[in-house]
Amino acid sequence: MEQGQISLTIDGKECVAKEGQSIVQAARENGLFIPTLCDFRSLSPAGTCRVCTVKVGGRFVPGCTSPAVNGMVVENETAELTDLRRALVEMLIVEGNHMCPSCEKSGNCELQELAHHYRIVVPRYPFLFPVQKVEARMAHLFIEHKRCIQCLRCVRGVRAKDGHEIFGFMRRGSDVRITVDVTDPEAVSEATAKKAMEICPVGALIQKRVGFRVPIGQRRFDRKHEKDGKQL
Amino acid sequence: MNERTILDLNETRNVIIEIIDQVRGDRTQLLAVLRECQSRWRHLSPQVITLIAEEMDLSRVHVEGVATFYHFLSRTHRGNYTVYVNTSATAEMAGSHAIVKAFEREVGISFGETTSDRQIGLRTTSCIGMCDQEPAILINDVVFTRMTDAKVTKIVAGMKANRPVRDLVESLGDGKNALEEIHAEVSNHIRVRGPVFFTDFEPGTALKAAMNHGALEVIDEVKQSGLRGRGGAGFDTGQKWGFCRAAESETRYVMCNADEGEPGTFKDRVLLTEMPELIFEGMAVAGYAIEAKHGILYLRGEYAYLKDYLENVLTKMRQEHLLGRRILGTRFSFDIQIKVGAGAYICGEESALIESAEGKRGQPRNRPPYPVTSGYLRRPTIVNNVETFGAAAKIILNGAAWFRKMGTPASSGVKVLSVAGDCERPGIYEVEWGMSIRELLAICGAKDVLAVQVGGPSGQCISQNEFDRKLCFSDLSTGGAVTIFGQKRDLLSIVHNYMEFFEDESCGFCVPCRTGNTLLIKALEKIMVGNGTAADIENIKQLGKTIKATSRCGLGQSSPHPLLSTIRNFTEIYQKKVRADVDFLSQFDLKFAVIDSCVAANRKPNLEIDSEVVDGTRPN
Ligand SMILES: Cc1cc2nc3c(=O)[nH]c(=O)nc-3n(C[C@H](O)[C@H](O)[C@H](O)COP(=O)(O)O)c2cc1C
Ligand code: SF4
Ligand code: SF4
Ligand code: FES
Repeated sequence: MEQGQISLTIDGKECVAKEGQSIVQAARENGLFIPTLCDFRSLSPAGTCRVCTVKVGGRFVPGCTSPAVNGMVVENETAELTDLRRALVEMLIVEGNHMCPSCEKSGNCELQELAHHYRIVVPRYPFLFPVQKVEARMAHLFIEHKRCIQCLRCVRGVRAKDGHEIFGFMRRGSDVRITVDVTDPEAVSEATAKKAMEICPVGALIQKRVGFRVPIGQRRFDRKHEKDGKQL
Repeated sequence: MNERTILDLNETRNVIIEIIDQVRGDRTQLLAVLRECQSRWRHLSPQVITLIAEEMDLSRVHVEGVATFYHFLSRTHRGNYTVYVNTSATAEMAGSHAIVKAFEREVGISFGETTSDRQIGLRTTSCIGMCDQEPAILINDVVFTRMTDAKVTKIVAGMKANRPVRDLVESLGDGKNALEEIHAEVSNHIRVRGPVFFTDFEPGTALKAAMNHGALEVIDEVKQSGLRGRGGAGFDTGQKWGFCRAAESETRYVMCNADEGEPGTFKDRVLLTEMPELIFEGMAVAGYAIEAKHGILYLRGEYAYLKDYLENVLTKMRQEHLLGRRILGTRFSFDIQIKVGAGAYICGEESALIESAEGKRGQPRNRPPYPVTSGYLRRPTIVNNVETFGAAAKIILNGAAWFRKMGTPASSGVKVLSVAGDCERPGIYEVEWGMSIRELLAICGAKDVLAVQVGGPSGQCISQNEFDRKLCFSDLSTGGAVTIFGQKRDLLSIVHNYMEFFEDESCGFCVPCRTGNTLLIKALEKIMVGNGTAADIENIKQLGKTIKATSRCGLGQSSPHPLLSTIRNFTEIYQKKVRADVDFLSQFDLKFAVIDSCVAANRKPNLEIDSEVVDGTRPN
């Protein structure tokens, strides 16, 4: 093994990873899939969604914030973990209002995609039907709070024109909400709004005036499912 | 903007600058700044939030995030006098509901509201650490205990007449509570004094003993004593100190966790009231052992009434060279700063405590790294409970062997218990580990006991069959709370109260805790109103497991305990409540759903068509 490399097993498969990588990164590099929602590319992991939960040494840990360690034995695709993950996705669905047919993100939405993956037709939990206002004061971006899954990807990844923090997290418990500084409606430029919409895994951040440019049916996950032939 | 508002704005800005100057612009003091602004203006307006952000050079969303996290900070006016009535389980058992009603009657508004002249605001709050003297309330940081209807009337009259809150305190508690600096109605209720706490302690002796030992030996002695954390988790204290000392860094911190938010716990309040010198000296001993110069006492907002007193104790200790530069004439320097919380149970979790002490939202951190390597300001930090520091000081003074003689081999020493609920003598008990629940119930005078909650809501609820179990780390572990429920109590409503506590106090960061607990409450309510089935009990168990397995911190990981432990130990209560005649009942209540439209159409709900579906039986 090269310097700085470690080895671990995931579901019995021998994997090689770089020191300092998370379990999720290690899995990805070895061609294994651990679902994620709040983890995003180079952003520092937050650990809000928990769908990356794996089992190590009999304990449940999030794969995105836990470093891969030499000799680690990781359980990933077990019936137990699959059910936990499905339950978490279902919680995310019922805590918001996800009317996919009328959502601009449909087909590009990571939550919808995970729901497909887990074949969720009706969540096991009752819907909570939150009533939330739309934040529309910014020049180039809407926030549909009822679709937000509080992944904090925007908080971690989007900055205003002048580099200052513009997205934040407010309140607590089941009242938590993303907040945005609207003192200057132009602080989020058109380009940043586009980026914010890409960062957001769901349809909570929507760039204004560009709705449905790519027709539903031809979007990221739509095409994937066409190819796989597993469209629901 | 007209001239008047510009003038106001400038005036407000000047006040804010003054407040920020008092903390020398230190951003870790954001919470203190917000507390001060809240207490001055009784709310944090959008304008005040913007000004604080500008003057402390923080982003506005950051300040807004912190300002909206804590229960005692608010964006709407809470009245010149803000009344917080505790509605925890023990408070309800002692009649807090009647106190709520009395305030509503006297003030003329409902809870959650503020009078139109902004004089009085009424709010409820989670456990304030007075379970042995409920119903208890807080008004602008002043505690009132054993509330009665007559007392409410008097207090409201006083508030209407603009009297200072302190002047409304009529009788003073025992011990140091009667000191001018504390001036509180609070009682200590120390029922059993033991050899470790609540005995004579001569300040300076533990520090001298530590210096005679040398730092490494202090850690060794604490390891030898078998002392484990008294805050609940029970981590080996000597080991924690050892890890921290071994972490590479110029700067290290000692933090004392006085957030004491677990409903049913109040022993840290009494320790800080009666033995602050011992606790502070324990922190200094720890500082000596791990080579730290800075200590922080994180005091929960509910105990702010102790702050001046504790500051005076620190000043006196500095004068006696027990703190500050060159302690006892040696080259060791160590000082302690007090930071006050603002109403958030989660801040007792050690990494959330650190975040909050840094002036941020009290959100737990991801681990690793652990505080011993990356804690306060990302420096190696030990976080210990108030009682742990006190015990450590005594161990250094009297030796590990002395400590080990008490308790059991695996749980050495004594535990300070907070006993509350249905018993004759609620209060503080310093007992050796290994005592059975039955023995404890006998000494505190509890009869006809239905259930005992050990370790607060996050602990477990046990029934008579288990009263021979022992208090110790390997059996019934507890951070100190023992709450007793008599035969007449309705256990399900207590469970409901505890579950609402977790729902209110969740930081909201991760989904299983944020939403899972809301769903658990819905499922419990379904059973409580008589619409539950056996399947609902199974669903609760399943969801409880999911929350425990996937939550990010100890709060979520233990939040389903009230339900899970009562389902296990009091199955019959649930079984009696659920419908045996059906296997499934929808959460959807048709009668309720159509009631509004029926009222609008001015007709009675016509439910005959399918009455079987309506009352839940499935049509064949
Ligand atoms: C939700 C939550 C609340 C907690 N509250 C407290 C508290 O109020 N006081 C305390 O000492 N420990 C509390 N703890 C435990 C701390 O995280 C930590 O383990 C403890 O302060 C370490 O000190 P010790 O080893 O001396 O017990 C809490 C833990 C959790 C998860
Ligand atoms: S708005 Fe989107 S990116 Fe931001 S927290 Fe919500 S779901 Fe995540
Ligand atoms: S378990 Fe609860 S309190 Fe802990 S991080 Fe998650 S939401 Fe916050
Ligand atoms: S991806 Fe790991 S917690 Fe969200």
